[in-house]
Amino acid sequence: MKTLFRDVRLLDPATGRDGPGSLLVVDGRIAALDPADPPSDAAVIEGAGLCLCPGLVDLRVGLREPGEEHKESLATLAARAAAGGVTTLVALPDTAPPLDQPALVEFVSRRAASFGSLTVLPMGAATKGCAGRELAEMGLLREAGAVAFSDGRRAIAEARTMRLALAYAAAFGAMVVQHPEEPSLVAGAVATEGLFASSLGLPAAPAAAEAILVARDIRLAELTGGHVHFSPVSTGEALTLIRDAKARGVRVTCDTAPPYFDLNETAIGEWRTYARLSPPLRSEADRLAVLAALADGTIDAIGSDHQPQDTDAKRLPFALAEPGGVGVETLLAVTLSTVHNGHLGLLDAIALLTSRPAALLGLEAGRLVPGAPADLCLFDLDRGWQIRADDLIGPSRNTPFDGRAVQGRVVGTWKAGVRVFG
Amino acid sequence: MADGGFGRLIGRKRHLLGIAGLEPRAVAGVLDLAETYISLARKGGARDVLRGRTVLNLFFETSTRTRTSFELAGKRLGADVITMSPSGSAMAKGESLLDTATTLNAMAIDVLVVRHDQAGTAALLAQKVDASVINAGDGAHEHPTQALVDALTIRRRRGRLAGLTVAICGDVLHSRVARSNVRLLTMMGSRVRLCAPPTLLPAGAAEWGVEVFTDLRAALRDADVVMMLRLQRERMSRAFVPSAREYFRFYGLSPDKLALAKPDALVMHPGPMNRGVEIDSSVADDLAHSVIEEQVEMGVAVRMAVLDLLVRDLRRNA
Repeated sequence: MKTLFRDVRLLDPATGRDGPGSLLVVDGRIAALDPADPPSDAAVIEGAGLCLCPGLVDLRVGLREPGEEHKESLATLAARAAAGGVTTLVALPDTAPPLDQPALVEFVSRRAASFGSLTVLPMGAATKGCAGRELAEMGLLREAGAVAFSDGRRAIAEARTMRLALAYAAAFGAMVVQHPEEPSLVAGAVATEGLFASSLGLPAAPAAAEAILVARDIRLAELTGGHVHFSPVSTGEALTLIRDAKARGVRVTCDTAPPYFDLNETAIGEWRTYARLSPPLRSEADRLAVLAALADGTIDAIGSDHQPQDTDAKRLPFALAEPGGVGVETLLAVTLSTVHNGHLGLLDAIALLTSRPAALLGLEAGRLVPGAPADLCLFDLDRGWQIRADDLIGPSRNTPFDGRAVQGRVVGTWKAGVRVFG
Repeated sequence: MADGGFGRLIGRKRHLLGIAGLEPRAVAGVLDLAETYISLARKGGARDVLRGRTVLNLFFETSTRTRTSFELAGKRLGADVITMSPSGSAMAKGESLLDTATTLNAMAIDVLVVRHDQAGTAALLAQKVDASVINAGDGAHEHPTQALVDALTIRRRRGRLAGLTVAICGDVLHSRVARSNVRLLTMMGSRVRLCAPPTLLPAGAAEWGVEVFTDLRAALRDADVVMMLRLQRERMSRAFVPSAREYFRFYGLSPDKLALAKPDALVMHPGPMNRGVEIDSSVADDLAHSVIEEQVEMGVAVRMAVLDLLVRDLRRNA
C-alpha cells in the first residue's frame, strides 16, 4: 500500500526541516521525502499547505484500564489519541491493579495494539503495588516491555527506596519517573499555598514542596549514576535546580503538561473542580518560569498528563473531587498556543511532542526519515476553535481548558500508514 | 448588588454565599434591618413575612448556636423550619451531595441554610438547588452571617465600624469566621489586625489589607475590639501548636494581656469557647468588656434580616 502526501509543510524537528514538500509512505513506513518520481498507483493526500509532522509521542498518560474502565477504556483512549494526533503514548503504571507484574504490562500494550491506531508503551511500577516500599521486578518488567519505572501519581517518598530504584533501574537502562511533590508537605493539600488558596479557604501546600523533592532526587541520581525524570514539573524553583544539574552532567530530565504553561491557579475560579490537578495549578510567576524552561530546553518533553475522571469523581466540593484533567485530545492545540504567542518556534514546540520524548526512550517513532514508521499527524496550524468539555469523547470530559479558544487543529492521523482519524 | 437585590445572583435565585461580593451599602442595609428585628427577636411574636415559606437547615457539621438561631429566626418570621443533620439524613448512608440537592428540589424548599466542612459546598449547592442558599459555614472559606452578627454587635456598642482597630486572634488558618470578618471589616473601614502563631497564619494573609502579628501583646495594643477564635482540639493533635497550656500562655486572652487594649475594649468570641485555651474565664465573663452573650442575641436578629431580604427577592421574582 502506497500513500503520497503532496503539497504539505513538512515539519521534522529531528532534522530541522520545516518547508514545503511531499512524503511517500510504502507498506506502513516512510519510503521517501520529496520523491522525484512518485509511483502512479499511490493514493494521494492533497495537503494544500497543511503541516505534516511525526505522530505525537505523549510522554505522560494515566490509564483507567485495568480497574476503572467506567472512566476510560483503552478503546476510548485509542479513539481520543487518534483525534489528538497522538500515535504513541507512555502510560503510567498506577492502574488497579498496578502494572507491577510482567503479564499486566504485556496485557496493556497488546490490548492497545489490537485497535491498530496507537502504540501504548507502559511504564512498570517502580515498587510493588506502587506502594513505595519494595522494589518491583524491574528486570522482568523491562523484558515484558516496560519502558521506564514509576509509582505514577504517587511520589516515591523514602530517600532509601528512591536510591535503590535509581541504582537498580540503571542496570536495565531505564529511567525512574518521579512525581515531584514531597509527600508529607502536600498531604491533604489541594491547591498551591498563597493568597488565592487562603482566600478560598482551601487546604494548600507550598510550591517549594516540588523543589524540595527534586533537590533530593537530583542528589540521589548523582550518588547512584541513575537517570531520574521528573514528571510533570510545574515550578520555577524546581526548574532552576534541574537546569543547574543538567549543566553539571547529572542524568536528569523532566517534562511538563499543558496546564502548567497555559493556566495558573486562578483557573480554579470559584471551585472549578476540573482545574483540580496534581500537582495543583501554580502562580503566574511559576507559569512564566515553565514557559521559559520550555524555550531554553530545560524541559525535555510536553506530556498531556491525561487523567480521566467521571462526573461522580468531579461534581463534589473542591477538596473532595479527584485530581486530574483529560488532555490527549487538546495536547497539540494548547501546545501550539506557545507558538502563536511567540514563546516557542514551531519546530521547537513540535520537538517537545515528538522527537525529544522519543529520544528520551530510544524510540524509532517521532521522526520523518525514510525507514521510520509512517506515524503521522496532519494539522492546520491556524484554524481557530474552542475547546468545549461537551465536545470531547466521553465518558470522562474533565478538561481544565473548557471554554479556552485555541488555534491549531488536527486534520488527520495515520498509524503505520493507515488513516485512523480525519 | 449593582442590580439592587441582596446577595449573589446565580440562575434566578439570590444567595448569601459569603461576604465577598457584597458592597458596603448592602452590609449597612442588612445591619439596619437587623436593628429593627432586635426586639422581635427577643420577645418573639407575630411577623408573617415568611409565612408559607419553608426554610431547611442542612447541617453536615455540628452546631448549636448557628443552627438554633436560624431556627428561631425562621420561626419568628412565620416560616416552616426543618433541620436536618447528617446522622439523621440519607447523606450518612452515602447519598451524594448533589443527590441530596435533587431531593430538596422535589420538596420545593424556599431557603436552604447549609453548613459543611468543605470550602465551596454552599456555592456548589447554589448551582444545583432551586432554593436560595445561605452559607452557614463552609470549611475554612466563609461564615457570612457570623461576620454580620459581629459587625452589628460592634456597631451597636461603638456606633460605627469605620476607624476602629479590631484584633482577630487565634487559629486564623482554619477559621471561616476570620475570613468573613476580615472581608467585612476591611470593607467597612475598620483597621484589622490578625494575630496567630506562625503555624496558624494563612499564607498571603498580609495581602488581605490587614496587619499581621505573631505577638499577641503587640496585636492587642490600643485595640478597640478583640475577637478571639476557637482553637479546635484536633489542630493540636496535628501539631500546629505543641500544647494547650503553651498556647494559652502565649495566645490566650488573659486579663493582663487585655489590659494592653483600650480601657473600654470589647471582647468577642464566635463560640463555642475553650476556656483556658484561647480565653481566660475571667475575661470571658467580665461584663465590662465581654459582649459574647450579646453576639448570640444579635445572631437571631441578623439571621431574621438575611432571611427577610432573600425571601423578598423570591417574592419579587415569583
